[in-house]
Amino acid sequence: MYELFKTKATAVGAEVHRVGGKTEALELIVSLLKGENVTDLPGCRAVWAGGTFLNGIDPGALKELPGLSFEVTRERAAQAKVGISEMSFAVADTGSLVQDQSAAADRLASSLTDIHIALVPSANIVPDKVSLFSRISPRTSRYIAFITGPSRTADIERVLTIGVHGPQRLVIIFVDELEGERG
Amino acid sequence: MKKEFKASINRALNDANLTGALGKFSEAYKVNRAKAYEGMDFEALRSTVAEAKSKAACHLDEVADVFKANAEALGAKVFRTRDPQEVKRYILQLAKDKGVRSVVKSKSMATEEIHLNRALQEEGISVAETDLGEWIIQLAGQTPSHMVMPAIHMTKEEVAEIFSKEVDERLTTDIPRLVKVARNELRPKFLAADMGISGGNIAVAETGSIVLVTNEGNARLVTSLPKIHVALIGVEKLVEKFESVAPILDALPRSATAQLLTSYVSIITGPTPNDDGSQKELHIILMDNRRTEMAQDPKFKQALQCIRCGSCLNVCPIFRLVGGHVFGSIYTGGIGTILTAWFDELKKSEDIQGLCIQCGNCKEVCPGKLDIPEMIMEIRRRLVLEKGQPLLQKAIFGVVNNRRLFHGMLRAASVAAKPFSSAGFIRHLPLFLADLTDGRSLPAIAEKPFRDIFPEIEQPQGKEKAVFYAGCLIDFAYPETGVALVKLLNKAGIEVVFPEEQTCCGAPALYNGAYEVAAQNAIDNIEVLLQHEAQYVVSACPTCTVALAHEFGKTLESLGQTEWMEKAQELAAKTVDLSTLVKRLTDGGRLSFEEGERLPKITYHDSCHLKRTLKVSEEPRELLKKAGYQLEEMFECDMCCGMGGSYSMKLPEISAPILKRKLQNIKETGAPVVAMDCPGCVMQIRGGFDQQGGGVKVKHTAELLAERLKG
Repeated sequence: MYELFKTKATAVGAEVHRVGGKTEALELIVSLLKGENVTDLPGCRAVWAGGTFLNGIDPGALKELPGLSFEVTRERAAQAKVGISEMSFAVADTGSLVQDQSAAADRLASSLTDIHIALVPSANIVPDKVSLFSRISPRTSRYIAFITGPSRTADIERVLTIGVHGPQRLVIIFVDELEGERG
Repeated sequence: MKKEFKASINRALNDANLTGALGKFSEAYKVNRAKAYEGMDFEALRSTVAEAKSKAACHLDEVADVFKANAEALGAKVFRTRDPQEVKRYILQLAKDKGVRSVVKSKSMATEEIHLNRALQEEGISVAETDLGEWIIQLAGQTPSHMVMPAIHMTKEEVAEIFSKEVDERLTTDIPRLVKVARNELRPKFLAADMGISGGNIAVAETGSIVLVTNEGNARLVTSLPKIHVALIGVEKLVEKFESVAPILDALPRSATAQLLTSYVSIITGPTPNDDGSQKELHIILMDNRRTEMAQDPKFKQALQCIRCGSCLNVCPIFRLVGGHVFGSIYTGGIGTILTAWFDELKKSEDIQGLCIQCGNCKEVCPGKLDIPEMIMEIRRRLVLEKGQPLLQKAIFGVVNNRRLFHGMLRAASVAAKPFSSAGFIRHLPLFLADLTDGRSLPAIAEKPFRDIFPEIEQPQGKEKAVFYAGCLIDFAYPETGVALVKLLNKAGIEVVFPEEQTCCGAPALYNGAYEVAAQNAIDNIEVLLQHEAQYVVSACPTCTVALAHEFGKTLESLGQTEWMEKAQELAAKTVDLSTLVKRLTDGGRLSFEEGERLPKITYHDSCHLKRTLKVSEEPRELLKKAGYQLEEMFECDMCCGMGGSYSMKLPEISAPILKRKLQNIKETGAPVVAMDCPGCVMQIRGGFDQQGGGVKVKHTAELLAERLKG
């Protein structure tokens, strides 16, 4: 299912990675942030919307990254180049990520930034929408958000252009160690 | 048709940017859509979608009440109204109460429908459309030309011009740069807006949820950043159960833009906290604007099954030539014609309904199972009922309903002139007695009609008989097709009977909304065709076959002439098109073709009624291959040739470019022969090649097969 997801997500312009442990994930995130020259200047910062991934993470490991903030306000998110958030599920047949984004911070980090890094528990890949909706329901989740690839438009002469109002780059990191069945 | 309307058509046709962009898009769309649906059972999917939507449409009041109760229990405010003015008043009052100065909007056709922006701006509230296409047309002061791609009619040069003015900077036509400009310009508006207004793609009664589908990400911002969110939703978006969301999400992006899913889908169920910790105000407005009346009309109830994907526009041979603005309203294309007739008024659709050529492409791809051509026919019928037939048309159909006079005129035409030309109404007679049209020659009326040739054919006497219904074109213009048909059936031991009193099938009258005339044609033919003991009633014209097998019964039923229903059904059961019958005879070993000789390549043109109403497309192909031809498929083999009966005479400016494209596709196969099963298509395509040159032979399948009979 991971392979199908990867094919579908890549086809719509997402980047897909898979790592075993949180440490590896963290290394990958740090290198991504460094690669994007994230620093403490307007337009160059990063925001991280909290989630289970951060439980038990040594904050010291992230100290060396100036400009990264765990407090996601609209001002910070609007100033951020990179937004990191967790997405609970991956839907294989369309290459989509899904999460209950009732918390505004999750939406701000994944919609106002130029680059969205999404952390997903590898165990939570489902085949399709029908199986997804057996795991997440509007009865318990007020804002169910699907993200499939980066923001796109073809409104000018039908030419596909990436990055309109949402992120122009979507980096998906599956983490085996992250616990499934959340959301 | 009004002069201004014709003028707007001509402006669109001469807009090379428009026709070029739309043409390219529609060609790519068909391929991409098919790819997006790969591995899915489209028929099953659309049945599920149609059923869910139809069920809700049957109980709109109850479903809306359940939605309201559930959404309000979660803290949303739900306002339901029939009156579009009430919608505007509600939003304006809300804006006033909350001190709203600025609004950001994500794309909503419902807000376009009621001209909400104007109402807000008149109260001094600034409004920014944030969907890129909508923002472009907002800045240009235009209306959307397509419900999914509102600015598809504009070039990058035009967009660059508009944006340059807006940002006061000379911009080039670099599209990614233009998109970036939109992002940068709209971002502060998002952050500052007091109110976000969205539409809604689905509203789920049992959970009180609304579903928003977008690609750009603007709906996420519109529903997240401002403290007030207003969703304006047409009641046709309601479904009872949440389980209907998955199938609609399966169909909508695939049909709209050939995507498996859009970049973003948001399912919002009640208000959520704002980023400052306060609770969002969520107002959901369920708008009726005559949708309930529509739901109560047996002919138009199905229109509420529409999921607003716009695929009917994308496959329409007319839309890709003229674009959306000739429709003169917010909703465009086939579905737009129907919605305009209801949301505005029937009279408003008088000109635009005439744009439909009844090819049936839209019906085939509609994920909501709407029969748009049928609804447009119903609009025609109601317009005729309301306004009466135009005098000229009345005179013409008076002739058609008098078989002797009609056939007498056709005979006279063969003597009088070739090519036929005449003043007065005779040139408007159905199908082939017209003297106009560009890019196509008209056939000469045959010196000797089929009815005069038939008695001279020596036939084997047989127990098995087939009544031949020739139709006007084969009888008076292409008798050789009739002769070929007799030869084929005789070879299989079937005796052909040709009742001379058969008359026009009524299609010309029907497609002009003159149901009474069509009904009289139906009755005359039913009587005559059932007089003879025969196993089959066979026709080599798909339009006639459809009339006999489908339309007679429907027309008579719609006029309450139920005493004819039994006989109409008897006739329908016996009616068969030539290719289907010959295929059966060949499969049964009763007919065979010469073998061994290597015949030239051939390409096959699918006629609209044969392919999409009678569902026959493989039979003629298999027969032609059996007869020794090598089939080379053309691009868009089942796209209309532009004939459409009297359409090519009423709107020759549209018919001609459709034909031109067809001729091009035929020529590109390199085949020296093109086959088809419809004499109307033969007339159109042969006439086109005659005028254009190109040396492609245009033949009815019957003739090609008869030439290759064994023995």
